[in-house]
Amino acid sequence: MALLGTATMHIPSAPEIPMAEMVAVRDLTRRFGAILAVDRVSFSVERGEVLGFLGPNGAGKSTTMKMITGFLAPTEGTAVVCGADIVADPIAAKRRIGYLPEGAPAYPDMTPRSFLRFIAAIRGYAGDEAKRRIDLAVARTALASVMEQPIETLSKGFKRRVGLAQALLHDPDVLILDEPTDGLDPNQKHEVRTLIRALAPEKAIVISTHLLEEVDAVCSRAIVIAAGRLLADATPVELAARSRLHNAVRVSLAAGHDEAETALRRLPGVAAVERIDNAGDRALLVLPRGGQAIVGEVTDLVRTAGWAVRGLSVERGRLDEVFRTITA
Amino acid sequence: MHSTWVIFRRELASYFTTPLAYVFIVIFLVMAGALTFFVGNFFDRGQADLLPFFNYHPWLYLVLIPALAMRLWAEERKSGTIELFLTLPVSIAAAVFGKFFAAWAFAAIALALTFPFWITVNVLGHPDNGVILASYIGSLLMAGAFLSIGAALSALTKNQVIAFVVTAATCFVFTVSGSPIVLGFLTPWAPTALIDVVASLSFLTHFNAIMRGVIEVPDAVFFVSVIALFLYANAVIVELKKAD
Repeated sequence: MALLGTATMHIPSAPEIPMAEMVAVRDLTRRFGAILAVDRVSFSVERGEVLGFLGPNGAGKSTTMKMITGFLAPTEGTAVVCGADIVADPIAAKRRIGYLPEGAPAYPDMTPRSFLRFIAAIRGYAGDEAKRRIDLAVARTALASVMEQPIETLSKGFKRRVGLAQALLHDPDVLILDEPTDGLDPNQKHEVRTLIRALAPEKAIVISTHLLEEVDAVCSRAIVIAAGRLLADATPVELAARSRLHNAVRVSLAAGHDEAETALRRLPGVAAVERIDNAGDRALLVLPRGGQAIVGEVTDLVRTAGWAVRGLSVERGRLDEVFRTITA
Repeated sequence: MHSTWVIFRRELASYFTTPLAYVFIVIFLVMAGALTFFVGNFFDRGQADLLPFFNYHPWLYLVLIPALAMRLWAEERKSGTIELFLTLPVSIAAAVFGKFFAAWAFAAIALALTFPFWITVNVLGHPDNGVILASYIGSLLMAGAFLSIGAALSALTKNQVIAFVVTAATCFVFTVSGSPIVLGFLTPWAPTALIDVVASLSFLTHFNAIMRGVIEVPDAVFFVSVIALFLYANAVIVELKKAD
């Protein structure tokens, strides 16, 4: 019961001014022998943000997360989590973090119930408080139906949810989720993303992923890392704007694509026109010069030329293309 | 303290959620019985003591304790749970102590279940129960020393079979370091001081001293020092190797 007391004491002792910067990563560097796995990576995450951590496999995403969560000691630099330095005061920092390691490891011979009880106990909760927190985490991750089955017998989706329940149990200010939807089916992915969005306003969340749709779906900001280096730090919209396809116009005509192509090429704002043929579904992709908005010019031309338009849409830009350009 | 206790409970319970606990206890008791009654000639000696029982403990432990210790860290490293475990708000010391004491408590349970031997010898004669108690304590201390070696070596690898074999070999060297098997290598060239040091590390010598019925402070201190040393090594190894 004494521990419960200290746990509740934590809330009023939190700083009066809402701490905006929840995670501050400063010059984080990790060497494995001669290999420089993470090279002076710095960024910060504020409350309410969902930061997407992008990069090809082996880019240093997991290594960075392992350092932020205190599993791996940085060679240089540090991360400060809610004011606690992970190198100088690891236990205080770890109390504030909910972490889902890659692959959602959990003790295979335990049941979700005994596993979550263990996590609750080690985080200092006992009795009714522990029960209340376990029930809440179980409800949030829809685990109720498998609580008494050994974790090793659970499907991948349930295992992932056990890992999420464990990370959410102490209602942490900072959530670090390493590939939270990896290996889940589309419905399960949707559920996890809905959960992340629901949690976002009151927490700082970092998720690593190589699924760019996920960035669009849940992230308010994205950083791109490759070969251990931070290459971009921007909102998904800003990142997409770097795409060569940003503001491109896709025009689909009933007929006369050849003639239209020649006319579109003559427009001053147009850099190039590409033909698209997706299994007989033909269209023209009009690329702008320097990312300027050309939809006005294009629609004017379409109207004066009197083409029979079947479809016309503006491209926002594609993250996958930007990602390939940045990390290539 | 609190997290050590929580880890201790989880680890101890984990022995019993798998068949490991039952297999281990049954084999330990059967082998202890077989060695005592058939190899040790418990009845033919005509003496009311448990010497034939305790005499075989070092050899029994040599096979069984590495099996108990091999999973402590190797399994966590193999399954990746070590990353979850060590990002919880626990110190390395709490993790090392919690795991070690759980394994030691389990060994104590197995040892305590040999009480029928004690009842048998008390029914048949009038043994010196002080000597028997001292021997039990000595046996438990020796099991702890074996376990601490096994725990430290288990942290070196992801492979439980390697952990088992290396632990068994290391424990064997410690057990017989007072005998010609080890000293024979040293006597031709090593200075007497070194030979004395190596000989003094022998588990057998210290255990035999305790079995004589007096827990001499140096013998108890010896086993406790071995445990402390290897648990310290265990913490260092975990810190160095956890992420490999």
